[in-house]
Amino acid sequence: MVLAMHMSDGLVNAPTAAAFGLIAVIGLALAVSRARADLDDRTAPMAGLVTAFVFAVQMINFPILPGASGHLLGGALVAILVGPWVGSLCIAIVLAVQALLFADGGLTALGTNVVNMALVGVFVGYGVAVAMRGLARRSRAGLLATAFVAALVNTVVAAMVFVLQYAIGGDGVTSIVTVFGLMVGLHLLIGIGEGVITAATVGAVASVRPDLVHLLRGAPPSLELRGTGGAATAGSAT
Amino acid sequence: MTAPASGRRTTGFFVGFLLVALVIAGGLSYLASSAPDGLDSVTLQGCEVTGSEVTGTEELTGTCIAQNARDSATAGSPLADYAVGGGDGTVGFAGIIGVAVTVVVAGGLFWLLRRRGTTAGTAGPDS
Repeated sequence: MVLAMHMSDGLVNAPTAAAFGLIAVIGLALAVSRARADLDDRTAPMAGLVTAFVFAVQMINFPILPGASGHLLGGALVAILVGPWVGSLCIAIVLAVQALLFADGGLTALGTNVVNMALVGVFVGYGVAVAMRGLARRSRAGLLATAFVAALVNTVVAAMVFVLQYAIGGDGVTSIVTVFGLMVGLHLLIGIGEGVITAATVGAVASVRPDLVHLLRGAPPSLELRGTGGAATAGSAT
Repeated sequence: MTAPASGRRTTGFFVGFLLVALVIAGGLSYLASSAPDGLDSVTLQGCEVTGSEVTGTEELTGTCIAQNARDSATAGSPLADYAVGGGDGTVGFAGIIGVAVTVVVAGGLFWLLRRRGTTAGTAGPDS
C-alpha cells in the first residue's frame, strides 16, 4: 500500500464509486457549460495559473498533530479567485493529473475525489464566501476573514462527504461514528491551515490585482479595497 | 491607468504567480511532512504500518479501512508518488513537471472555453 493524499481505489465498493463517478461527470459537464461566462482573455490564463498553484500547494503537507498532517484542498481558494464553475474545473484537473501521472488517488476513486473536493468543496466554499461578500468588500480584514472561514468550512464539509461515501459503500471495519469523529476532528485542524493559506493567497492577489478576484468583481468602485490601484480596471463591471 | 500599462502589469503578475507555484512545488515540497494526511490517518486507524515504504516491504498489521486500498492502475507511472523514476530526492523535479502539466492542460482548456475578444470586468451576471 502506498500512502497518498486522496482516496485510493477500494475504500468504497464499486457501485458507490460508480454512482459518485456519475455525479462527478454530470457536475463537471454543467461546470464546463457555465464556466464560459467567467472566462475571457484575462481570466482564462488566471484560471490556468490558479490550477497550477493548487497543484503545487497540495504537495505541501503541513503537520497538524504528532504523526498526522494535512494539505490544502483548495475549494474556497479557487471559488473566490475564479468563481465556482471555473474553480470546480481547476480542482478536477488537479485531481486528474495527480491520479493519472502521480498515482495519487485511485482511478475508480476519481469520481469520489472530484465530488468531495471539486464539487462539494468548491461550492460550499463559494456559498460561505458569497454569504460574507459584504464583509469581504468592506475591508482587507473582512476579505481575509471571509477567505479563512470559507476555507475552513469547505475542508470540514468535504471530509463529511467522505464519511457519507464510507457509510454507503465502505466495509464498516471501522465504525461510522469513529470515522465521522476522526474525519471532522482532523479536518477542523487541517481547515485552520487551509484557512491561513487561502487568506494569504487571496490577500496577496487582492493587494496587487483586486480585479482578478472573482468574489470582488462587480463591486461599485467606491467599495473597492482602499489604497490599491485596481479600482479603475474593475470599474467597468456591470 | 492606460490599457497597455495594464496589459504589461497583467503579464508580470501572471509570470510572478507561475514562479511562486514553481518555487512551492520545486523547493518547498522538500519540507513537506511525510506523516499520513487526515484521510490516511483515519483509514489507517486500527492498523500499524510495519516495514518500509522505500523497500516496498510496507505492510499493515491489524484491521483498518486502508487494507481495502488497492494500488492505483497508474502506480507504475514514472512519476508515481511524486518521484521521478522512483528516485530519492526528486520530489521537487516531479513537482515542477506537475506544475508545467497542470498549467498547460488547464490554461489550454480555459483558453479554448473563453469568450473571445473580451476582458475582465465585462463578464456576465454577478453570480
